[in-house]
Amino acid sequence: MNPEQIKKDFAIFRNRAAGGAGRPFVYLDSAASSQTPDAVVEAMTAYYQKYRANVHRGVYEASERATAAYESARADAARFIGAAGAQEIIFTRGTTEAINFLAIQLTRDLGPEDEVVLTEMEHHANLVPWQMASQRRKFVLRFIPALADGRLDPGAARRLIGNKTKIVSICHASNVLGTINPVREIADLAHAQGALVAVDAAQSVPHMPVRVADLGADFLAFGGHKMLGPTGIGVLWGRAALLETLDPLFYGGDMIREVTLEGATWNDVPWKFEAGTPPIAEAIGLGAAIQYLEKLGMEEVFRHERELAEYAADTLRGIPGVTLYGPRDPSDRVGVVAFNIEGIHPHDAASLLDRYGVAVRGGHHCAMPLMRRLGIKGAVRASFALYNTREDADHLAEAIRAAQKVFSRQ
Amino acid sequence: MTNIDPALLQEDMDGAEDLYREHILDHYRHPHHKGAVSACTHRAREANPLCGDEVDFFLRIGEDGRVREVGFEGHGCAISQAAISMLTDWVTGKNREEILSADEDLIQEMLGVRMSPTREKCAFLGLRALKKALTYTNPQINTPNTTNDTNSVHRK
Repeated sequence: MNPEQIKKDFAIFRNRAAGGAGRPFVYLDSAASSQTPDAVVEAMTAYYQKYRANVHRGVYEASERATAAYESARADAARFIGAAGAQEIIFTRGTTEAINFLAIQLTRDLGPEDEVVLTEMEHHANLVPWQMASQRRKFVLRFIPALADGRLDPGAARRLIGNKTKIVSICHASNVLGTINPVREIADLAHAQGALVAVDAAQSVPHMPVRVADLGADFLAFGGHKMLGPTGIGVLWGRAALLETLDPLFYGGDMIREVTLEGATWNDVPWKFEAGTPPIAEAIGLGAAIQYLEKLGMEEVFRHERELAEYAADTLRGIPGVTLYGPRDPSDRVGVVAFNIEGIHPHDAASLLDRYGVAVRGGHHCAMPLMRRLGIKGAVRASFALYNTREDADHLAEAIRAAQKVFSRQ
Repeated sequence: MTNIDPALLQEDMDGAEDLYREHILDHYRHPHHKGAVSACTHRAREANPLCGDEVDFFLRIGEDGRVREVGFEGHGCAISQAAISMLTDWVTGKNREEILSADEDLIQEMLGVRMSPTREKCAFLGLRALKKALTYTNPQINTPNTTNDTNSVHRK
């Protein structure tokens, strides 16, 4: 896999290439949102310019074609995560919306005697919805602690998941530390207690091969915009038998079968959960993104990103005043490197790095409890994707040294 | 091996002074009026949820209605802390009307540099805390949680 070649598939790298006194475009924030290849933009444009119509309703050619493209994207998503079938794929606006749906619908019958287990390293999207549900339904929230090295405390899951546990919701990979969690082991513990397992796969599906059966998940959520797809589209996967038992959360057109003035009956799964006109172009874009990734192969993408992150981490470790966070062993993480520069607040660091064309994220990364566990107020995060190169990592290191010079001026 | 032209690096390093000017770094490294005011008459905490800047602002307002003593505790990025430090210099001797009429332009002038809307939230944190402090007539801490109201400082 040649990242320099891959960059050519993305117009933004051509558009922002350094020239003269211009800054390079060293994009190291794919964990926040990834770049979008031309193939995806073209697929969406083709829909808008060649067969623009609504889906599922029209019988004219353009509508049939739009429907076919939309449902084909659904099949792409199912294949990408090893789902049993396309009927297990619900399109949402993103990961956050999917998790909110689960937190509301899965907790409807929970009460004070029940428990839901999360971890200390969750993104706010997999924390706040459960907190709100817990306040409404009065069930208890428990948290698997994170250790100083960024891994989950292995014994803690066994202690915390018990006969009161009804749901375990956990991130597959940490958006801050890159930690890949032992989801299968934890899922087995949960299932032994009759609990359901929901997986926040926002940081794993874009970066490594994911098979829902291997994970032992009952539900899984991910978003398109972190995996070369457009914004505004995500996937909620659920085991077919479970989806049959769930009620829809939003109502309206397309999710119904029959409507009278008195009531309505629902469409089949998964359309039951997709009310109103869906983000058609975005779903088509997601399908194109999946096909682009499948051509490269997710094992290859995973290997490239991890090696690059390890190279970057090694380089940064060699800079005095730089502290890294997260598991030391690269096989335990995706391509995310979180660090701090002594004497420079993460926001200032990100601003300074921006002057050298390096785009990183500074702050709490929507994981305030994890920051507290690590004993820091925030960190700088560089995330490596399939289009990043060793040169990008070298830029980062140079920019850090330059930032240190600025702050050490007397 | 990298593609960053060393000349570009030098130029950018000097250009970085645009935001991180000498006086900003100086206030960040040696903040003025750092520390709580034990006999304070007004106090407020504010935080910037976007990047973890926090400030606890203390005022002692004298019988003449003017600020006799000022102090702050807190931590955060260079922009937020420098702006707060400069603000404590400015607020000394000011009265209520003068403080309430202070706005974002004042902070911009103090810092002497333009910044992006995102960094502006860092710069205006201290001013928000200062104005909030005026609403409390005894030295209680208001809720320490971050405020969602990022528009509480209005340009005139």
